Amino acid sequence: MSRTASSLPAATATSRVPVRAITVLASALAAGALFGFGLSYSTMIRPDVVLSFLRFRDLGLLLVLGGAVVVTFVAYQFAPRLMRQPLFGGAFGQHESVMDRATIVGAAIFGIGWGLCGVCPGPAIAGLGAGSWELGYAIAGIALGALVQGLTARENAGAKA
Amino acid sequence: MHLALFPNGWAHYLVGGLTIGTGVALLYVLTGLVGGMSTVYSSTWSYVVRGPFFQQAKLVNSRQWRLAYAAGLMLGALVWWMTSERASRVAVTISPLQLFVGGLLVGYGARLSRGCTSGHGICGLASLGRPSLLAVLTFMATAFLTANLVGRVAGT
Repeated sequence: MSRTASSLPAATATSRVPVRAITVLASALAAGALFGFGLSYSTMIRPDVVLSFLRFRDLGLLLVLGGAVVVTFVAYQFAPRLMRQPLFGGAFGQHESVMDRATIVGAAIFGIGWGLCGVCPGPAIAGLGAGSWELGYAIAGIALGALVQGLTARENAGAKA
Repeated sequence: MHLALFPNGWAHYLVGGLTIGTGVALLYVLTGLVGGMSTVYSSTWSYVVRGPFFQQAKLVNSRQWRLAYAAGLMLGALVWWMTSERASRVAVTISPLQLFVGGLLVGYGARLSRGCTSGHGICGLASLGRPSLLAVLTFMATAFLTANLVGRVAGT
């Protein structure tokens, strides 16, 4: 199974790079727009709604997550079987997750922050588009947290890439 | 205590979730890319931070489409805002300090865990990844605890 973009023959890859770059950016913009519209429509861009879920007052977030997972599951399972490659070329990627301490400890820390402010990475960005400029405080925090994580990461010592 | 599971209705949650899923699915069918959201907060630093972690190929090579994806998020929210009956913007009532401190933990934790509500929650669960399932259960648990504790202390 060839699942990485680098497995394309070199000649094909170079001749397609500019077109592919543009189609990928346009696709990401369009896909992101659907994502952002969905987050807004489902009121997930409102921290108070997320916090009311976390306090068991409104279970709506489960429907949002469930709906998103079902559609994504169908695409992830069937696209690689029904299509030789993605519509705009390249190869079907796979979600990488590793069973290790960092995944669990990181998730625990993420949850504490999420429970504190009701904001997670996607809705923070989407909310700005709906005029919730206060979410800029959360974005600044998230960006700083990501910076600290990168600067203190173990991968820094033996970086292979 | 009332037992309404969805005091604000349920249809908008489901429709919104299906729309989010359609976005993630579209990205995959068109490009093969797996679209979690938290990586953009690391990959964008690769433009300015020279350390080996931020210069990893997987961050540098994905930073452009991830920014386009993030721009799309704002665009989609803007379209919703302009087309909804709601005349005014969505005002956030959480204090700036709470947003910033919460954000710090969210950013650090999500990047350490290599995923957030969308990375582990949507992409990971849709890939039937067991580490992602464990991550989701973990962050749900600590978020429930924190939100209820904070709510109790604040007396709301």
